[in-house]
Amino acid sequence: MSTAEFILFWLFAALTCGGAIAVCVSQNVVRMAFSLVLTLGSTAVLFLLLGADFVGATQLLVYVGGTLVLIVFGVMLTATGPFTRIKSSAADGILSGLIGVVFLFIVASTVTSVDWDGGEGVAHKIAFGTHGKAVESGFNPTQQGNTTRQLGLSFLSLRPDRDLNLGAQPASSKVPNTAPVVPGAPATGMPGVTSPSEPKLSTGYLLPFEIVSVHLLVVLVGAAYLARTKRRTKS
Amino acid sequence: MQAIGPNPFLFIGAVLFVCGVVCMTTKRNGIGVLMGVELVLNGANLNFITFSRFTPLGLDGQVFSLFVIVLAAAEAAVALAIALNFYNNHLTIDVDRGDDLHG
Repeated sequence: MSTAEFILFWLFAALTCGGAIAVCVSQNVVRMAFSLVLTLGSTAVLFLLLGADFVGATQLLVYVGGTLVLIVFGVMLTATGPFTRIKSSAADGILSGLIGVVFLFIVASTVTSVDWDGGEGVAHKIAFGTHGKAVESGFNPTQQGNTTRQLGLSFLSLRPDRDLNLGAQPASSKVPNTAPVVPGAPATGMPGVTSPSEPKLSTGYLLPFEIVSVHLLVVLVGAAYLARTKRRTKS
Repeated sequence: MQAIGPNPFLFIGAVLFVCGVVCMTTKRNGIGVLMGVELVLNGANLNFITFSRFTPLGLDGQVFSLFVIVLAAAEAAVALAIALNFYNNHLTIDVDRGDDLHG
């Protein structure tokens, strides 16, 4: 990773964490919305630094361009006069800050104590056992960050990123097979029993994609119905 | 090859998650609670992308983060509609005033 990416990472990491803390600390809802814009945009830059260009662009378009505009409209429609600042007491703030710091310590110490990228770690054995392809550091080198085609094909249940190298690199030539073949079991069609001569195709995400599209339609209809119900003010 | 391992990204994800949980539990503004939910979902997304880069999770992590983004957009739309209804009925967005079912 070059120095430019290094500087970019630490800059946007600081922006992300600072924006998130500002969302927590601030009492003005308009400033909270602005801090949230900052946080989500910086998170999109972090996605781009991780080689996920399509997800980063989607984060910018959908989150920063869509969801946050929706939230700002909600702020505009509800924050009238004295309701812009709804303060909680100082004791509550101190208590929640203490609990937050302790919770952050627990989560961060747990997460960073795991050796995620160990050379002989469990994750690499899982990779050799299921895909038969040695994945060194992710599925894509850094200089070739184009993931759009593979994402689109995976939504059509085609997985060229996993299935293309199945015949070229059989699993048994690199490492011993981690899933031992049961002698009495039939060799075809059983999950977990993969032999190099009969490669199994990986599954994609066609059905979740369709479910999500129908879900979006239902949500749009429901949101329009909820937002347009009759105004019933009791004063 | 990589000067930055997965741990800094996971730490940022943890910061986003904790800030979101604190924001959800302490804000009295309904829109602020929604912002906390968005922060939590972004922390989870950052973890998904990190594991898709540094572990053999591969493309699946990015697919899951796309689903999370879409579902977060849907959730924000419905929750804002509910918040607007709450504001129409109670003339405030303070969630502590929504105690009609308290008895």
